[in-house]
Amino acid sequence: MITVLDVHEKPIFESSYTVQGGNFDEAGKVASQIKVILKKLGLQTDVVRKAALVAYESEINIVSYARKGTINISITPQRVKIETIDEGHGIPDIELAMQEGYSTADAKIREMGFGAGMGLCNIKKFSDQFQITSEIGIGTHLKMIILIENGA
Amino acid sequence: MTLNDVAELLDAEVLAGHDQLEMEVKTGFGADLMSDVLAFAKPGSLLLTGLTNPQVVRTADILDIAAIIMVRGKRPVPEAIQLAKEIKIPVLSTRLILFETIGRLYEKGMRGCIERVDNSFGRP
Repeated sequence: MITVLDVHEKPIFESSYTVQGGNFDEAGKVASQIKVILKKLGLQTDVVRKAALVAYESEINIVSYARKGTINISITPQRVKIETIDEGHGIPDIELAMQEGYSTADAKIREMGFGAGMGLCNIKKFSDQFQITSEIGIGTHLKMIILIENGA
Repeated sequence: MTLNDVAELLDAEVLAGHDQLEMEVKTGFGADLMSDVLAFAKPGSLLLTGLTNPQVVRTADILDIAAIIMVRGKRPVPEAIQLAKEIKIPVLSTRLILFETIGRLYEKGMRGCIERVDNSFGRP
């Protein structure tokens, strides 16, 4: 298990969003909102980009694979934390799911330009800290940290 | 070159962002896989794609893509155009195929936003 750095400091911004599984028309809306907030807070371009990207891939995952899910975001001067908790099938083999190119996506997901087995890899690649846990029949929990250098 | 130059060079129809055609663009990225676009495309680049759903526009928004060029005569679904107008991302549609589109742009000095990818991640 990866240890996630989590400085206990009062967040300058916190919010929570609900995402409906299967609602492909709205997929990405939450990530867009998060990006606007991060920009308004004046965070560095690179931090905004990484956080928006991580939020977007996570949101696509909820829409694609879960019944519903929650995206939580919390920002302190040191880091952006994005957590997604979904209600779904869960991932039987996380190591396999983390492999680039491995996917269980159906045609609908692939039509959107996703489902090529890169989502989790992208999330990990663009996060400074990444943690994934999953329980069969319950759902999957992702926790991502993007560090803000020299404070916001 | 400007988006106006791009539109002329590609004989493209402007579907959104008529008021943003003076924008300068120097680099591009072409793919139909949005996860690849997310992994490799750089802010300020053109996105060349054959996908037409709203996720293309969302992906472009997340990455601060300058403009979207839909190739092979693809027309976006109305929701995608609406979204592009809302978030102010120009969308152009050309009947040229991807190869021809990129060839014409490259000939005029446009380059890929990256030349090659790093070692593939996620593999041993």
